Amino acid sequence: MTADLVLDLLLVVSLLLLAWLLLRSEDFLRTAVLFIAFGLFMAIAWVRLLAPDIALAEAAIGAGITGVLLMDAIRHMEWERQQRGEDGPEHPPPKRPLAVRGGILAAALAAGGLLVAGVWQLPGQRPGLAGAVSDRTEELEHPVTAVLVVFRSIDTWLELGILMLAVIGLLAARGRQTLEAASLAPPRDPVLEGVVRVLAPLAILVAGYLLWLGTWAPGGAFQSGVILGAVGMLLWLSDHRSIEALPVWGWKLLIVVGFATFTAAAAITLLLSGAMLEYPPDWMLAMIKSIELAAAISIGACFTALFVGQHPAQQRLQTDDGKQERHPRL
Amino acid sequence: MQPVAYASGFPILLFETAAHAATLLFASAGLFFFIAGTVGLLRFPNTLVRLHAITKADNLGLGLIVLALLFQSESLWGGGKLLLIWLVALLVSSNACFLIGRWTLRHRQQEEAPHDR
Repeated sequence: MTADLVLDLLLVVSLLLLAWLLLRSEDFLRTAVLFIAFGLFMAIAWVRLLAPDIALAEAAIGAGITGVLLMDAIRHMEWERQQRGEDGPEHPPPKRPLAVRGGILAAALAAGGLLVAGVWQLPGQRPGLAGAVSDRTEELEHPVTAVLVVFRSIDTWLELGILMLAVIGLLAARGRQTLEAASLAPPRDPVLEGVVRVLAPLAILVAGYLLWLGTWAPGGAFQSGVILGAVGMLLWLSDHRSIEALPVWGWKLLIVVGFATFTAAAAITLLLSGAMLEYPPDWMLAMIKSIELAAAISIGACFTALFVGQHPAQQRLQTDDGKQERHPRL
Repeated sequence: MQPVAYASGFPILLFETAAHAATLLFASAGLFFFIAGTVGLLRFPNTLVRLHAITKADNLGLGLIVLALLFQSESLWGGGKLLLIWLVALLVSSNACFLIGRWTLRHRQQEEAPHDR
């Protein structure tokens, strides 16, 4: 018991320390690395809270994908600064006066104190819906997985919508019709090609495994989709030809299919049983599985698109050996 | 640590004790490599030497910890998955190490002779 307590306290202290450091840091690269570390510690914290699903998602999205996106954005910012001929560090933000900082600190402490006091005052035992919930989730081992599987479909639906909007927003911000982007890949390299050839199919297999596992154990559409997205990034970064196999409309279809399937399922269930996403018992498993599959594919496509779409459409970086410019289109 | 429900009988008890001892031994050895690798990563002067340190932690440390966990795995399948994790980590870390090392080498040459091309 005390060992558990020590571990939890260490985790809490590390999380707070990392958060403080990453907020204080003025170097972007350092901030991004600290943010990745923060995500990993956060994942361990979720494991300690008996929520392995969220831990998986946090490690994959919070530490993995967000880390890659942040690093990439930093590289672009530095490159653009060099293009403008600005050297040296970013201008430091102006220091706020002491009274303002003290006021902000006091407000944050007050809000935090209220939250803690609120949690403190919660009655320990509440009958509520706990019995009804545990009836519906009893065959599932992990409580968090059970709640996610049984009750959270609308969340996943809307999250898919948000991802899709993010891709559309990226296209709008960049003023593009397609996700065409110049490849930044290094020159052809047998080692990299070899590892991609082994790793990409293996990762797709793992994504399928997590999806299949998600029915009763930690895993599911989001975890699986993130791995698919990582495969997409890997293929694009290593300039693998298979990334161009799909035509542009194919990518658009992949990005939309998860949200569309969810919407169709909501409409069908609304007509059949009168309640949205209340699946008829005979069709429940088939419907949930097809929705999850479509969702995972869309999540993967969206993350790949978010990564590729932020790169410049024209090859402006000089390649090492002056190789032919390529413009993979997504 | 969770209390283990020992099956009755002397030979089984002995077997489980030996398994726990092996787990402790290999996990400690794995931890040693992780700590050594981390210290190397933090203290060594340049990228290539740091890579040298961190690959030991990745490959040997993780391998030893997987070995330690193998003695606690409930089934053959569970153990197989653990081994697979180590194999994939080996593949990825050695390749990532190669890519980082090559990048470093190229940039070093570029810095030494910037107007070569």
